Amino acid sequence: MTDTSFPMGLPSRYERPSALAFLVYAAAIVIVLWSFAGAGFSIDKVISSPPRFADFIDRAFPPNLDPKVLARLGWKMLETLQIALAGAVIGIILSVPIALLAARGLIAPTWINQIVRTGLGFIRAVPDIAWALVFVVAVGLGPFAGMLAIAIDTIGFCGRFFADDMEAADKGPSESLTATGARKLDVVACATIPAAMPAFISTSLFATEKAVRSSTILGLVGAGGIGIELKVGFDLFDYPTAMTVILMIAVVVISIEYLSGWARTKIIGEQR
Amino acid sequence: MSVRCIRTQATRSSTISLVTELSVETLVAPARPDQTGAEISAPVLPVDLRVTGLAKSFAGTPIFKDVSFGLSRGEAVAIVGANGTGKSTLLRCLMGLIPADAGAINVLGTDVRNSSSAGLRAMRAQMGLVSQKHNLVPRLSVLSNVVQGLLGQRPGIRHWSQSFAPIASREAALAALEKVGLAHLANRRADRLSGGQSQRVAIARALVGQPKILIADEPTASLDPAAGEDVMDLFFDLARQEGVTVIFISHNIDHALQYGDRVLGLAEGGMPLDSRASSLSAQELRGLYD
Repeated sequence: MTDTSFPMGLPSRYERPSALAFLVYAAAIVIVLWSFAGAGFSIDKVISSPPRFADFIDRAFPPNLDPKVLARLGWKMLETLQIALAGAVIGIILSVPIALLAARGLIAPTWINQIVRTGLGFIRAVPDIAWALVFVVAVGLGPFAGMLAIAIDTIGFCGRFFADDMEAADKGPSESLTATGARKLDVVACATIPAAMPAFISTSLFATEKAVRSSTILGLVGAGGIGIELKVGFDLFDYPTAMTVILMIAVVVISIEYLSGWARTKIIGEQR
Repeated sequence: MSVRCIRTQATRSSTISLVTELSVETLVAPARPDQTGAEISAPVLPVDLRVTGLAKSFAGTPIFKDVSFGLSRGEAVAIVGANGTGKSTLLRCLMGLIPADAGAINVLGTDVRNSSSAGLRAMRAQMGLVSQKHNLVPRLSVLSNVVQGLLGQRPGIRHWSQSFAPIASREAALAALEKVGLAHLANRRADRLSGGQSQRVAIARALVGQPKILIADEPTASLDPAAGEDVMDLFFDLARQEGVTVIFISHNIDHALQYGDRVLGLAEGGMPLDSRASSLSAQELRGLYD
């Protein structure tokens, strides 16, 4: 390659940022440093924490493997999974009609799409633990409050993503059915939902994983599940039992993730 | 270059009611010479479709304007033109799937631009669409896809799937599949068909409701030449058996001349060509793509 091929020479490898871009980068760095200060970031504490962490590990190990404790924790773990599954299933089912109202250009006018999407945004903005506190007040302590919290949290997640999935679904089959004179609801049921089904399944499996993770801590606020055992373990300095709970949660959550991944591959992977 | 001509066509299916016959206008074709100089007879034929002064633009960019033509009962019309001249847009305007900017469209007695949603649905229930990408619902069975072709005439949950459909609808769908030679694949998932099979199922879905007008948007574009020929032969055999009016888009000039009674050409924002296929040569049509 000779210079005569490019009379103007090769373009520079890096573009010089504009003055505005430079200001934006500088502002972003200042905001991050300001956030570190607000979060109480301390190098001293980072340096001094390993010995304290090692002390906790020393006191927590070996985990409490007393059969009676394991049996009690096992039942609580089962209750946790029941809360997660029941809440996720109710949430996923209710999300479908809500998503139909939220999806633009399907069955509802734009102003209804906006209202429903705003409502879903509000649901997502409130953390699941806060929903659990609300439902503990509404229906009392116990797993039912946890299940409701998981259900509403799942609606916020799945409602939004189901709506996006339907909006992004292949429009071809819908147009062909519309061209036969089919009604909007028939077109959605016969073309849009089947086209979005692989995405629905994937989103639902993620929602179930999320529900299992969330349900393990709902017990901290009295909404059932194994979280209460974790809180009691730490409150009573019974670190071996707390460690057992942490390990059980880790094993269950990782197993659910693997199971979900396997199911996703089996169900969606068969698509051609 | 515009030469209008009406071909005498065999009378259409006896299933058309008298009410429908009375609801459509009739076209008295003027006796005038075509491009070859031969005088065309002036039969009185019912007109299934009449477009006058149609215009459409997207985001201020005109696609076409002042497009006018009519289709008489049983005619097969090819629409040709280069990419971006608005062929598919024109078909979508005819079905009321997208709004036109100006002009009038009358399809089977329905004023498309001023009709209610219910009126448009009733009109579309008498039409069938075959698309370039076949547009089957991939996860459903072949039979369910064809049963859904009846949704315009029989709306509701019973026609969402062949599993819920009444026996008469299942039989009609299977008969349509038999016509395209795929009854033996009724239970196969639509996404497990070859391209040619998939397009045949799309034809069965379009025909199951016994439409009066069939619209095909580049039906062979995604098929290899042999499969494309098969599909076109089948499509026009069935359309002529049923006496259906056909409008099809094709980039294949041979197809336009072989299967169309008339050829409409879109170019430069208008429709400079409206002529009998028999009076056109492939060379003349290629001129539209220059």
